[in-house]
Amino acid sequence: MSLRVTAIGPGATIQDGGRHGLLRFGVTPAGPMDWVAMRTANLALGNEAEAAAVEIPGGGLTVTCEERPVTVAFAGGDFSWKREGEPLPPAARVTLRPGGVLTAKAGARGSFAYLAVRGGVDVPEVMGSRSTHMRSSLGGMNGRMLAAGDLLVPAQLSGPASAEGAVEAPWLANHFEPVRELTLIRAVAGPQDDYFGSEALAIFFGEPFVLTPAADRMAYKFAGPRIAHVRDFNIVTDGVALGAVQIAGDGQPIVQMADRAPTGGYAKIAHVARADIGRLAQLRPGESCRFARVGVDEARAALLALEDDVFATDSTIRPLTRSPTTESLLATNLIGGVTDGTTPDERF
Amino acid sequence: MSLAARFLPAGESALSVEFGATIDPVSEARVLALDTALAARPIPGVLETVPTYRALMVHFDPRIWSVAALAQEIDKVDVNYLQAATSITWHIPACYDPPYSEDLAEAAGILGLAPEKVAELHAGAEYRVVMYGFAPGFVFLSGLPLALTLSRRQTPRAPAPPGALTIAGGQALIASVAMPTGWYMLGRTPARTFDLARDPVFPLGVGDIVRFERIDPARFATLEAEAQAGRPVMRETP
Repeated sequence: MSLRVTAIGPGATIQDGGRHGLLRFGVTPAGPMDWVAMRTANLALGNEAEAAAVEIPGGGLTVTCEERPVTVAFAGGDFSWKREGEPLPPAARVTLRPGGVLTAKAGARGSFAYLAVRGGVDVPEVMGSRSTHMRSSLGGMNGRMLAAGDLLVPAQLSGPASAEGAVEAPWLANHFEPVRELTLIRAVAGPQDDYFGSEALAIFFGEPFVLTPAADRMAYKFAGPRIAHVRDFNIVTDGVALGAVQIAGDGQPIVQMADRAPTGGYAKIAHVARADIGRLAQLRPGESCRFARVGVDEARAALLALEDDVFATDSTIRPLTRSPTTESLLATNLIGGVTDGTTPDERF
Repeated sequence: MSLAARFLPAGESALSVEFGATIDPVSEARVLALDTALAARPIPGVLETVPTYRALMVHFDPRIWSVAALAQEIDKVDVNYLQAATSITWHIPACYDPPYSEDLAEAAGILGLAPEKVAELHAGAEYRVVMYGFAPGFVFLSGLPLALTLSRRQTPRAPAPPGALTIAGGQALIASVAMPTGWYMLGRTPARTFDLARDPVFPLGVGDIVRFERIDPARFATLEAEAQAGRPVMRETP
């Protein structure tokens, strides 16, 4: 009872909630790039919110079910998911039969999708976490990215698997702005905002910034108008939290992501609100965002509200239907007749 | 009681308690003292703390604390600035001879000192573990003699091996994994500051004292084999 990876792009890793409590020893926390999508996939299965799952970058993956049926859930960027060639919604809970094949390919938007298995992926804990940190070769599948041939074994299961369903999770739809609109990312000023003048702060919290190709699990580098320091851009090394926005000597923002080092020596103008860090992670190089200044209490309220939403994932699961064809649409009209336009049609 | 520190938000889930803007003994002592006080009497909802030269970063659960409420709570903590954080001293073997003294002659040239003098100064000093950084087990030390102050390289050198004893910018560190570095490698220790197979994985605590004990290359080889076999090569005294 397991999933065999039969094809996979570069950079796919096993991640759980991250390696915590060891920042003081220089240990990178790792964990998911988009915690919202990873938790949604886990909670759709009744897993712990931060059970170990597969993080899939744009290269996609194909898995084949071996021996006994495996129930999985996936969520994240607007990826194209198929089972035996049949399209599935971008977020769903499905059961694979032995020999069944599930594929994920990057779609129009988003950089990461998550594949969770019921019970979580069973790999050994390293210093209290199953998260992969490739740079220090720790955790996950022997500290490395997943490769074709790897076996994903679910941890122990109990009770019957839930029925298949589409995960509507409206917060995932909110993850992506319409293509022509700029993604708005909320951020809290500090702790070194006093290293910058009011003009520089107005540029950071006002002008659009485009994500450069220098974007990986460690950090996202943006390009835009120069953000000038009024003091030295070097500070005495201090702690670095998730979402820290460092301004290096070239005046361009670098956002510290899941694989950040726990400390750093560049001045930090702001921190991306944790409620928006997953949305930021889903940007692709070439896409732009604007950083909207919020107070620290507003960022906290947004985070708690989003966490509460995500914990209600199960209540947003609807029966899975085949994707509509002309034939099925005609059949629907014959049976349901004309709708009044206000009744939600749960089938699509 | 007030800490005379700046409480700066690092997002909604972390707080930087900043005691100063420079590397100085007063800030260092205050960071250690607050870290020790928070370890002795943990505040519920504080997830972990990260000491650095002049600030203590506090990561916390935003479900339990707002930045302002936690700052008030930390400001009330009874901190004893006079008591040392720890009294443990680590005696760490160190070799300053070829092939382990990769950059000793180069650094000595920049400093205008004889290589043997540089090794003697580095080995003779008493250090304190101030923080970890870069990667698991990279130990940053304070206490480097002023005579060994030199700038970082313009461009990083080839990776220095695990156990490299390096200096730059008035700081000293013990490397744990091979990594390109802008620092100068004076010598090397066979001891491991990070070993997943050992309990504890990271024996050196922030605040501990470090002294180096000079060994020759033959002894290095012996101790390296010992470390490989999982036997301790660092000595600990109270």
